[in-house]
Amino acid sequence: MAKSVKKSPVKKPVARKAAKPAVIETHESPAVVKGAEPHAPTKANGTPLVEMKDISIAFGGIKAVDHASIDLYPGEVVGLLGHNGAGKSTLIKILSGAYKRDHGQIFVNGQEVTIANPRDAKAQGIETIYQTLALADNVDAAANLYLGRELKTPLGTLDDVAMEAETRKVMHRLNPNFRRFKEPVSKLSGGQRQSVAIARAIHFNARILIMDEPTAALGPQETAQVGELIKQLKAEGLGIFLISHDLHDVFDLSDRLVVMKNGKVVGTARTSDVTHDDVLGMIIAGKCPKGAIPGPGAMKQVA
Amino acid sequence: MSIPSASSQNPALDNEGAVKRFFRATEIDTRMLGMIAALVLIWCIFDVWSGLHLHNNLVGEWFQGVISGSDGLLGGTFLTPRNIWTLLVQTSSIAVMASGMVLLIVMRQLDLSVGSMLSLVAVASGVLQVYQLGPSLGVGHPAIWLLAIALCLVLGTGIGAVNGTLTAYAKIPAFIVTLGGLIAYKGIAFYLASGETVAPMDQRFEVFGGGVQQSWLGPFWSWMLGLLVCAGIIFAIVNGRRQRRRFNFPLRPVWAEVFLGLMGSAIVLGLTNVMNSYPWPYNLIANYAKDHNVTIPPGVENRDGNAICMAGDQIVHCTNGLIYYTGYSLPVLVALGVGIVMSFIAARTSFGRYIYATGGNPEAAELSGINTKWLTVKVFALMGLLVGISSVISSARLNAATNALGASNELYVIAATVIGGTSLAGGVGTIYGAMLGALVMQSIISGMSLLNLPAAYQDIVVGGVLVLAVWLDQIYSRRVK
Repeated sequence: MAKSVKKSPVKKPVARKAAKPAVIETHESPAVVKGAEPHAPTKANGTPLVEMKDISIAFGGIKAVDHASIDLYPGEVVGLLGHNGAGKSTLIKILSGAYKRDHGQIFVNGQEVTIANPRDAKAQGIETIYQTLALADNVDAAANLYLGRELKTPLGTLDDVAMEAETRKVMHRLNPNFRRFKEPVSKLSGGQRQSVAIARAIHFNARILIMDEPTAALGPQETAQVGELIKQLKAEGLGIFLISHDLHDVFDLSDRLVVMKNGKVVGTARTSDVTHDDVLGMIIAGKCPKGAIPGPGAMKQVA
Repeated sequence: MSIPSASSQNPALDNEGAVKRFFRATEIDTRMLGMIAALVLIWCIFDVWSGLHLHNNLVGEWFQGVISGSDGLLGGTFLTPRNIWTLLVQTSSIAVMASGMVLLIVMRQLDLSVGSMLSLVAVASGVLQVYQLGPSLGVGHPAIWLLAIALCLVLGTGIGAVNGTLTAYAKIPAFIVTLGGLIAYKGIAFYLASGETVAPMDQRFEVFGGGVQQSWLGPFWSWMLGLLVCAGIIFAIVNGRRQRRRFNFPLRPVWAEVFLGLMGSAIVLGLTNVMNSYPWPYNLIANYAKDHNVTIPPGVENRDGNAICMAGDQIVHCTNGLIYYTGYSLPVLVALGVGIVMSFIAARTSFGRYIYATGGNPEAAELSGINTKWLTVKVFALMGLLVGISSVISSARLNAATNALGASNELYVIAATVIGGTSLAGGVGTIYGAMLGALVMQSIISGMSLLNLPAAYQDIVVGGVLVLAVWLDQIYSRRVK
């Protein structure tokens, strides 16, 4: 397969790797300070990549997300935890543009942005891997990868050959055994479909990646592969929101975690400052442990 | 590091039989092949049946007819240039609309209002031609047909856009919106002309119906067009091959490319030959000869002939006298052109890609940043535009516009689309399939008329064929999986 990156019409991840050292420094400095003083406001050091402030959304009478605030720094993985229906997927869908918030602000690199639909989110470099994968099952991998941002020939028609060539390259990186480029994705295995969804999210120079249960449909080996990929992307300076039910995954991969309950943030903690039991207590009872910064959803404790 | 060829990628492929390898190499859609086979079978059955009918069910006489070659290909009246030519003209209106219905159904929408819409648009353009522009500009003014056609296209597109807007933005199910349209547009069509038949159409407008000599391309230009299309097929094959080579993709074997090129060209040239074998009606030849001072050769009267001769000062029918052939007629060319353009839109533009993706998974399309609401409006508007084109063909062919012109057309269009392999579940369907479906349906209707069977039988059989086609298709899909 061709190694040249020059001709490729979209920027390749290689470009991102060049900027790696600088990004990692910005990531390290706030982390050190936060570790020393967990209750200090995180904003003191550097601008967060994303900051969602005071977000609310209601469906009918139900407040799915209730004044929630979260943030994410470059090169950081933030795990988002909570029961089914805690509001984590909804919160993240507001960031990816799938839902329109009723209240609150979103900042990207300190600038307030309008995210009214998925196109706005993508324009900000926010890419999402949905729990349902959100693939169009009746078209092939290349068509899914480029859905909504097709490569065109000079005449304005679809450049299917170029799209297939790029897809072959990116899939080769993620899943070297993948060969079924001509078949509709409905014919692929769960892992292969997941690879297509991941390829679509990382192929367009995402700065912020949202992964909603990325390993739910995968076997142990493929799960490990996704873990490796997250570490690699993190090293490249992306910010990643990771939603998962699997506490082990979250503890392995994330730097910080945010727990939600009934649409509210229970608390935020550095992964190294809390134990599994602490986190379970946050998820189940809304009890905020010592190492965490309590949010509006934390159980009111007697001081 | 070139990618290994397709056959060595998967060892299982090396064990497959010659037939399977043939289909894999040529990438021929076996489902389409099945439909063509069904079409050929229907044609043969009707030709034999009508042949037997012609010879009072005497097999011996029918067989004599087949051998002497005096009748249709199999001794009947179905596989004759005249019938094939007429069949294609009759199919064109439904085929044009079916090409749009495919995209709607692929997108999980439906338009039940196309028949009423066709009536409304045709009557509106008829009223414009006959009651408005005729008196004001003078009958036969060259602007009339242009304005009339413009009205058809604009009005069709506009009504389609209304259907689409109500479906996408007001979130009323398309079934309801267009069911309402079916009833309402028919009412408007009745109101516009007070239920009267509006006739005759403008002379230039009539050309789009295929019933007058100006709408026939003639043998020379038909051959030229056929050769041009053959050149297009070869160019497409060569270009595709060059593109794939540029990226080091697996190529089709050369024999498969040659086969596809020859097959495509043979079909095009064969069809052209059939079109060029259908002669003008006798009286038109006689009138043309008189108007253009063409000498009619002398001959003896022969009722079976296609040409005209002079016997003394009498014009008579003979076999080898003066003869003109029609070639392709305009409505068929319009339908073929629409088919090519629509196939191009479906396969080669992002608009088409979005339609298929939305049909496959509407939520995924929305999350990919596709504006699915606006897309829905555009597809409905495109459907309306095609209804506008069909209304020109239909009213020009009838040389009149009535509020009953498009009656039950919506059912035929949807049936053609479904017979053509479009899945009502969305995401799957082809333009050529739907157009072939229209041809299958029209063949049955036309064949049964040739056999003099009562009109009621036609609907019974067409309905049965629709259900049978979907059943066979499901069996096919299950076995392929």
